[in-house]
Amino acid sequence: MSLQTNYLGMTLRTPLVVSASPLSQNLDNIKRMADAGASAVVLYSLFEEQLMLERYELHHHLTHGTESFAEALSFFPEPEFLQFGLDSYLEHIRRAKQAVDIPIIASLNGTALGRWTESAKRIYEAGADALELNIYSIPTDPELTGAEVEQNYLDIVAAVKAAVKIPVAVKLGPFFSSFANMARRLDDVGADALVLFNRFYQPDFDLEALEVKTNVLFSRSSSIRLPLRWIAILYGQIRAQLAATSGVHSAIDALKLLMAGANVTMLCSVLYERGLPQIGLIERAMLEWMDKHEYVSVAQMRGSLSQLHCSDPTAYERALYVQAVHTFKPQDL
Amino acid sequence: MREFLTLDGNEAVASVAYRLSEVIAIYPITPASPMGEWADAWAAQGKLNLWGTVPAIVEMQSEGGAAGVVHGALQTGALASTFTASQGLLLMIPNMYKIAGELTPTVFHIAARSLAAQGLSIFGDHSDVMATRATGWPMLCSNSVQEAQDFALIAHAATLQSRLPFLHFFDGFRTSHEIAKIEPLGDEVLRAFVDDARIAELRARALSPDHPTLRGTAQNPDVYFQGRETVNPFYVECANVVERTMNLFAELTGRRYGLYEYHGAPDAERIIVLMGSGAEAVHETVDALNAQGEKVGVVKVRLFRPFDAARFVAALPVTTNAIAVLDRTKEPGSAGEPLYQDCVTALHEASLAVMPRVVGGRYGLSSKEFTPAMVKAVFDNLSQSQPKNHFTIGIRDDVGHTSLDFDAAFSIEPHSVTRAVFYGLGADGTVGANKNSIKIIGEQTEHYAQGYFVYDSKKSGSETVSHLRFGPQPIRSSYLIQQAHFVACHQPVLLERHDVLELIEPGGVFLLNTPYAAEEVWSHLPRRTQQQILDKRLKFYVINADRVARESGMGKQNNTVLQVCFFAIADVLPRDEAIAAIKESIKKTYGKKGEEIVQMNLRAVEETLAHLYEVAPPAKLNGHLELPPSAFLNAPPFACNVLGEIFAGRGDALPVSAMPADGVFPTNTARWEKRNIAAEIPAWDAQVCIQCGKCAMVCPHSVIRIKVYDEQHLAAAPATFKSCDAKDREWAGQKYTIQVAPEDCTGCGICVDVCPAKNKSQARLKAINMVPQPPLRAAERDNWDFFLTLPETDRRLIKISDIRRQQLQQPLFEFSGACSGCGETPYLKLLSQLFGDRALIANATGCSSIYGANLPTTPWAQNAEGRGPAWANSLFEDNAEFGLGFRVSLDKQREFAEELLRKLASLVGDELATAILTAQQKDEAEIYEQRERVAALKEKLLGLKSNEAKLLLPLADLLVKKSVWIVGGDGWAYDIGFGGLDHVLASGRNVNILVLDTEVYSNTGGQMSKATPRAAVAKFAAGGKHARKKDLGLIAMSYGNVYVASVAMGARDEHTLKAFLEAEAYDGVSLIIAYSHCIAHGINMTTGMQNQKAAVNAGHWLLYRHHPEHEQSLSLDSPAMKVPIENYLLMENRFKMLTKSHPDEAARLFEQAQQDVTARRRLYESLAARPAQETNTAEGK
Repeated sequence: MSLQTNYLGMTLRTPLVVSASPLSQNLDNIKRMADAGASAVVLYSLFEEQLMLERYELHHHLTHGTESFAEALSFFPEPEFLQFGLDSYLEHIRRAKQAVDIPIIASLNGTALGRWTESAKRIYEAGADALELNIYSIPTDPELTGAEVEQNYLDIVAAVKAAVKIPVAVKLGPFFSSFANMARRLDDVGADALVLFNRFYQPDFDLEALEVKTNVLFSRSSSIRLPLRWIAILYGQIRAQLAATSGVHSAIDALKLLMAGANVTMLCSVLYERGLPQIGLIERAMLEWMDKHEYVSVAQMRGSLSQLHCSDPTAYERALYVQAVHTFKPQDL
Repeated sequence: MREFLTLDGNEAVASVAYRLSEVIAIYPITPASPMGEWADAWAAQGKLNLWGTVPAIVEMQSEGGAAGVVHGALQTGALASTFTASQGLLLMIPNMYKIAGELTPTVFHIAARSLAAQGLSIFGDHSDVMATRATGWPMLCSNSVQEAQDFALIAHAATLQSRLPFLHFFDGFRTSHEIAKIEPLGDEVLRAFVDDARIAELRARALSPDHPTLRGTAQNPDVYFQGRETVNPFYVECANVVERTMNLFAELTGRRYGLYEYHGAPDAERIIVLMGSGAEAVHETVDALNAQGEKVGVVKVRLFRPFDAARFVAALPVTTNAIAVLDRTKEPGSAGEPLYQDCVTALHEASLAVMPRVVGGRYGLSSKEFTPAMVKAVFDNLSQSQPKNHFTIGIRDDVGHTSLDFDAAFSIEPHSVTRAVFYGLGADGTVGANKNSIKIIGEQTEHYAQGYFVYDSKKSGSETVSHLRFGPQPIRSSYLIQQAHFVACHQPVLLERHDVLELIEPGGVFLLNTPYAAEEVWSHLPRRTQQQILDKRLKFYVINADRVARESGMGKQNNTVLQVCFFAIADVLPRDEAIAAIKESIKKTYGKKGEEIVQMNLRAVEETLAHLYEVAPPAKLNGHLELPPSAFLNAPPFACNVLGEIFAGRGDALPVSAMPADGVFPTNTARWEKRNIAAEIPAWDAQVCIQCGKCAMVCPHSVIRIKVYDEQHLAAAPATFKSCDAKDREWAGQKYTIQVAPEDCTGCGICVDVCPAKNKSQARLKAINMVPQPPLRAAERDNWDFFLTLPETDRRLIKISDIRRQQLQQPLFEFSGACSGCGETPYLKLLSQLFGDRALIANATGCSSIYGANLPTTPWAQNAEGRGPAWANSLFEDNAEFGLGFRVSLDKQREFAEELLRKLASLVGDELATAILTAQQKDEAEIYEQRERVAALKEKLLGLKSNEAKLLLPLADLLVKKSVWIVGGDGWAYDIGFGGLDHVLASGRNVNILVLDTEVYSNTGGQMSKATPRAAVAKFAAGGKHARKKDLGLIAMSYGNVYVASVAMGARDEHTLKAFLEAEAYDGVSLIIAYSHCIAHGINMTTGMQNQKAAVNAGHWLLYRHHPEHEQSLSLDSPAMKVPIENYLLMENRFKMLTKSHPDEAARLFEQAQQDVTARRRLYESLAARPAQETNTAEGK
């Protein structure tokens, strides 16, 4: 029985990949992930805009209030050398690669092209096995058209692909007018995989303080429904591989996503809530299920319930909603 | 090819001292601090000295400590050095006698500065070095940045050869901070001056148990005298050593110096003798006057000690018939200043056939300008048949009538030198850009370059004036530019404040940064400016530099834009060459800070030229803008005529008679400044306000005031004056107003940040919101004036334990020039509100003494009765003792008054006497009653003729309780003043000590103190501080009978208030350690109070009160640690920077910092759980 899968040109022992999160900021955690059975780790995201702000901020604080008062013409020693986020990130990649045998996938997060190509190139040079681009955009400008937003995504992917020789995955949100078309176009510009879906932080309110708060909401198993649908729809329709992320808490969740057509399933919330050993437990449960149901490999099941291969392709379309309403009974409340 | 560098005097000297030292002990003091900072930074970078090792740099607790370390290092055989100035040098004097007495080679480099006398001054003169002239140290004086570097080497070489310790000094600021193009000294030159044999001798003399010796014996009348005379041969030889060294220096570098160096006509008749940068102004003037046919000359004294009389006399032309010896110091009561006396003695001992006439004069104290006009006046004086002796030059002395008149219009500025003057604000980066321009011109052209920068005395909204000279010859003009080819005004508001075009010469170029387009700017100029542009036929250029900067991503930093303009129109370099050089410089300067920073500057360069326009001025005047009348016109005469003149920048013109003879100035004067520096000020929304008082409490500049009053007072209110019903039940039926002083606000926004009330319809708005100041200025000025006429609430009726009500108390500390958003000043304001009308304050030197009393004004104020804090600054190191002196004195005088009153009881009335003698005075009401009783007593005493009555009358006010406060920063309390502070803590006397703890030497620019926490980056701790912060409170608590509180207003304001009240009420020593956020933390000052809260939540700062009289003496008032320390550390650049500069070290120190706070919290929890220890509160006082 084999859990082996392919992703981004790599043969992975299982489809259980750790998704990008602050957990991988700690080198010990990465070792523990590998020990628990993760087949690859996507490192925490390097936030391009944040890096830029960080540099502006440091520059501001090193110059603010200087050359104003004769006794205190500056307030800090002039640093000979400064290592910003990218340098630390590259060092982290190098250390992670030395520490574990599993592939290390770097993650770049941002909204505009900016200096992504340079960062991507340096990440590639630092030894990352692949790169995940997390394009994290909430377009709020009413003047900005959907076409412009989409073109921005395509430009970023095309530019990064041209800059690096390692495979590039693109992590996306689901909010496109025609997601399948967007997926196809990303495929066309060379994305090696699509990671579905990014879970944007949703704002909340603190009514006592009258403030908008952002806090992390962990996913639930029910969160897999959205990636499940779109992976199932895209499977076989695009060249790029598919990674499922959001809501993978159990072996059943992972198996469902594989049957939808995912090459890998990514874990995050479950590791925060229940610890890194969950990776091994999920793997064992997957094997048990496969054994019980007489599956011999992941390859065998991949895409088996996709729109291409399932018995009712319309189930992924609007009819499913209609059917759901028809079968709904008030006493279910 | 000759190599050149463009740098300031401090860096030039430090570079030599660093390379020639193994041990350097440092301590910050203006203007010498940068030398220590350079040494520390180079060591942190691993830069090697001449022998290939990194010198050991050690910061000490004071200059006295630094001298001690150097002494110890020397005695054990190391090459050691230090840097200092002024009071710091005074603290080194005891060790200097020892070091010289033991014939130990070393060099102390001194950026010579004034001494604190009638007032403190950070600026340059020779008062400090002259105070050491009896120590036995050879004293070598350099006159320029080039010489400062060269003489640093000559001093290090000569000390090894002569075994005598050298004091190398140069003028503070004028040389230490002047940026000049010089020829640097390479290692190979330095090596040529290092005599290995002498170093071997030094090592051989070192203390060692392998060949033990004894030093520092106690000697008796039989032999001490003889022992003292043993050193004479070394002093006899010293001048020869220095001369040989200078000769070797000339051979190797081509720069020849003489011990007493003459310049001028070979047959000169009139000679000026002097030392320091002023000699270069004389040199220039001598050339100009001789070119006009005069016969004058100058002797530059390089070696002041040992004074070689023969060489000095030999340096004078034989034709000399009159000599003026100028001293940049004052020795009141002497027969003449020191150089004068030495010269007179030398000439007398020379037994010349014809003795020249010799007069002495004083010049340039505290960096007072010394110009060619003044030099000419000194020469003119020598032409008189009876030249004035013991004269002064540069001031108008209408008291002692010592001063020489001079023609200020006399100028010798040569045409070959390009001169540019730039007016800017501290915040806009003008000075930084100009320093950059000097480097570009100095290093990329054949021209010599000079830059000197003038800053005002405020820490917020400060103005800067940059003076830049460029020319084909070395620039000797050691004075400010008097006629400029180019003037730039980087802030349009400065046109209204200053005569910006005063210095520009006819046909000059004027660049103005303005929001107005070229075609409309003319009518927006002040009429005076228009007149000058037309009269002087100026070429006038404008640019909206703020917009170009903003659109390039530079924010408020318009410096790069204006730098490009300067090069584009000042014709110093071909335009394209200049632009290319600026771009190169930007890449070099900002490269390590990230590509974005480079790019935004390059964008600004690209955008500038397209927005730079020449304006063709119309031939007519149409300006409506007139200079606003000074608010000082409404002030009392002294404030108006003296302080107002200083404020207006005309202090140089004030005569001696204008100044108080004893340095005593009135308080209550900051109110006249009306600086109008805030672009935005807070506006009160009465509908949203919950009347909590927090905005007023935190306002660092006391510009937010609250009053509660009867409605009837509103009858005469201006139309826009705001008020609402008071909400507190105690104020039922009354009106409530929060009023902002619009012209005194600095716009820091802290009030808005702490306001807890939010607008229910627009949550971004609070009860107080920042709005543009200019449209509100006039109306709010009227409102403020009206507000001041509203009655103050009777102090007896204010419940002071509750902030909402306590904030009705009138602040007696207002409108300080502290940094906008200062974290210290809210504590001082609180102090002034609670106890100001009966407080005496001893204030250590530091930020609080600078914003507290830097002329012209003081924020310390008075109430309507004329009462308010009485404030004095003694020194940095002695403040605790100084304040204890207040207490001992007050107690003694009160005791004597009580004794007298008992004797006079029957005459003044037993009932009154008993009431006075037994009054507890525990609250405002009781103090009020005591004041009434004392007033009655004084009435009665006036009618009594007894001796006791006469003695008691001037002491009677001492019978009203006085509150003594000892205030200072952490540099004082933890370091330099700790010995005295510790003694005062142990004294048991009723004093209150307020430590404004910014965890760094703030006033001198962010050097590490023992209050600096682990992992913080500071000067002298470039790699992050490795040791944990000293726990001053714990040390104080160990005495048992000291009240100790650790407070942070931004974390819990009520706790701060409670601590102040308890501390003052406690009849013994009280210590309040107040966390003060600071610009040196690298934080957003608007949200500084949030940083305080975060510091407490992370356990970085503990809130507690230790009350010796409470059963449970320690009350730990901090909440349990809510967040990891790292969350807090990353909020502040002082810590965050370490993650960028030394990431691995940051990770290690951050972890240790977490352990520190966890362990400290546990310790305090355990102490708080223990019952009070037995204390000696009853007996120990």
